[in-house]
Amino acid sequence: MTETPETPARSWLTRLAIYGPLLLFAVFVVFVGSQLGRETRVTVTSKLIGQPMPAVNLPGLGGAPGLTSADFKTGKPVLVNVFASWCIPCRVEAPQLARLTAMGVTVNGIAVRDAPDDVAAFLKTNGNPFTRVGLDKTGQTQITLGSSGVPETFVIDGRGIIRYQHIGEIRPEHIALLMAKLTEAGR
Amino acid sequence: MIVELGHAALWLAAAFALLQALAPWLRAPADDAERWTGLAVPAALAQALLVSLAFGSLVWAFATSDFSVKLVAENSHTMKPMLYKLSGVWGNHEGSMLLWILVMAVAGAAVSLADSPLGDRFRALVLSMQGIIALGFYAFLLAASNPFARLAIAPTQGNGLNPLLQDPGLAFHPPMLYAGYVGLSVAFAFAVAALLERRVGPAWAAAVRPWVLAAWAALGCGITLGSWWAYYELGWGGYWFWDPVENASLMPWLAATALLHSVAVLAKRDALRNWTILLAVVGFSLSMIGTFVVRSGLLTSVHAFAVDPARGAFLLVLLALYIGGALLLYALRASTVAVGEGFAPVSREGALVANNLLLAAGLGVVFVGSGYPLLVDVLGVGPISVGPPYFNATFGPLMIPLVLLMAVGPFLTWGAARTDKLARKLAVPGLLAVALALYAFAVWDVRAAFSLIGFALSAWLGVATLAILWGRMPWRTPRATWGMALAHLGVAFTLFGITASGALTRELLVNLRLGESAEVAGYTMKLVDVAPVAGANWTALEATLDVSRGGQPLTVLHPQARLYTSPMMDTTEAAIHTRINGDLYAVLGKPDGSGRWQLHVWWKPFVIWIWAGGLIMALGGALSMTARASARRSAAQPVGALVAA
Repeated sequence: MTETPETPARSWLTRLAIYGPLLLFAVFVVFVGSQLGRETRVTVTSKLIGQPMPAVNLPGLGGAPGLTSADFKTGKPVLVNVFASWCIPCRVEAPQLARLTAMGVTVNGIAVRDAPDDVAAFLKTNGNPFTRVGLDKTGQTQITLGSSGVPETFVIDGRGIIRYQHIGEIRPEHIALLMAKLTEAGR
Repeated sequence: MIVELGHAALWLAAAFALLQALAPWLRAPADDAERWTGLAVPAALAQALLVSLAFGSLVWAFATSDFSVKLVAENSHTMKPMLYKLSGVWGNHEGSMLLWILVMAVAGAAVSLADSPLGDRFRALVLSMQGIIALGFYAFLLAASNPFARLAIAPTQGNGLNPLLQDPGLAFHPPMLYAGYVGLSVAFAFAVAALLERRVGPAWAAAVRPWVLAAWAALGCGITLGSWWAYYELGWGGYWFWDPVENASLMPWLAATALLHSVAVLAKRDALRNWTILLAVVGFSLSMIGTFVVRSGLLTSVHAFAVDPARGAFLLVLLALYIGGALLLYALRASTVAVGEGFAPVSREGALVANNLLLAAGLGVVFVGSGYPLLVDVLGVGPISVGPPYFNATFGPLMIPLVLLMAVGPFLTWGAARTDKLARKLAVPGLLAVALALYAFAVWDVRAAFSLIGFALSAWLGVATLAILWGRMPWRTPRATWGMALAHLGVAFTLFGITASGALTRELLVNLRLGESAEVAGYTMKLVDVAPVAGANWTALEATLDVSRGGQPLTVLHPQARLYTSPMMDTTEAAIHTRINGDLYAVLGKPDGSGRWQLHVWWKPFVIWIWAGGLIMALGGALSMTARASARRSAAQPVGALVAA
């Protein structure tokens, strides 16, 4: 390096300009490195997890009993499925709900912003897995539940506490997860 | 069999990358350095050929739906249209890394075939740097994420591809973006080679300029395509979300924009030596960080392919070696690179320095905005989100002086500029800028100061840029000037589109029965029908909307609510009617259960200008690239004189 001239005295500012990028990058690497393997949250959960179920008092279908808060204080964990006849993914999850019922799970339904006739037709076509169905004509109950869309499924323990929220349709691979959540809620 | 050949070709390509990396450093017993150095070019060409074969064989596996290949089984489906079978090749982690290597190898081949004004040894050094970078990614692919892995038992059907990604805009968006990202690796390799050889100067700047322009144009094109895709696919008419993944592509673009301007200063005035080198290093570093951030699963968004931490660690080590190494070399050598020449503040180079500072500040603002939420989340203060309000309040104001200067800069000469004629030249753009702002205020009823400034600036820049070309013979105007004018004009277009669509958008949300009508911005739309339709791997409800204006039928829109079957997913397909002065954008929502359908319709004025501007910018870059850069005479001086001056 014979052609290198005598390095003149450099101000701290010049040093910062020269070493700054390297330092900044070193901080970045340490930061990212410390973050690897941390789980990323993928779902937005209801604020009501761990909270008691809000008061529910919904009329039923064609004279059948509706859904009330009493249905969630039976001592046995249950599923609440928020659905609607106009919701296409709700049809997709019907076989999974049927399988859960067949496994001995109690599933209650809340039909959101729906007409009774449409709900009846929907249940006739896709099967009725529900022990109780409540008609939430205004969507008010759905909002108090902290649910933003259909379908969604909640795990409620025997004392009426919301334990888990499943957003979107239940696909076959979700059944094991829901069963585990139900078992956990039953303890 | 073809897949195994592809796998073998990838190993062979890695071997050639190794040769390419070592070539300029080897010494034959008789110190016949030339012979070894000369191997770099054929090695780069062989590597490009072999990677193309490897990539081709993966394309073949996707095209023929060979589900015995794990990657195909996980990401494809027989029912997918051919275009999306092919785009499925890079719509996943392994395939996109293979695409990255392919683009890198093609860039290396381009360096091998292009003129090398700095000599064969310098070219071999550039190729060596490229080989070293490529080797890391080969190791990553072959050891940690082999795209050619087979399954012991082949499934009869594949898993499909995220329906949001099944779109022509997105099929070509990643390759374009990668061409830009990886194109910047050439500038990076040039910078490292220049530091090693102590050849930072005008000749170097002139040699690196076309590569920077090519990468910049491709990156701009890729970002434009991505933004356009978001606009018509995500179903609410937004085109830029300040999503961390979008920012990851914007940051290298900002660095490349600053770089191509500082390269011009270095080539003409031999100033900004260290700064230019640093920008070249930072540009590609941000590209790699961008790719890494997307691939690591560190950020979860529609773009991210979630990946296990071991792969993330591998990529992080690669980044630390490459970027850290280059920055260390920069720090060690920067103090020995002689400071270039000084210059007058009011001059072309003075304006370009101001441009660089503003772009760097913008880059910093985007970087902080993207990193801050992650940092806060980790510190446990609770998740926060830094959204458009932050970026609009910080990035926006920085762009105001930038655009003001963009109009002035081209009228300044290199060296101390005469300013006496400047006022006269800028009078017309200034007047028209005020006129457009007043027009927007009076006729379009715009009251927001920020929007009025946006209108004024777009007219200011557009007219001033046209004034550069005014009175010149088109065919005697240098291509570089044409390129610059086009690029600046593109910025004016984009700015106008952003301002107008932001300030003048009209929105309508209605529930309509069949036969009912609604009106937005003077357009009447009548819901004629809603009927089911089916595609290759989806079913949908499709509305028929008759659009008319003043009683005259104009067009028919068909927005769809789609349900993809593999994998199961709801998407909205917006129906868009594009006019030069705006878009009608219609989305079909849910039925309300009583025979009415929810419709969401926007009138977005001049929104197409945003992407037209982006493409015009890229076109300007491409045109400029083909121009022969004229380095200052001092380029011919011996190397030592430049460094030690």
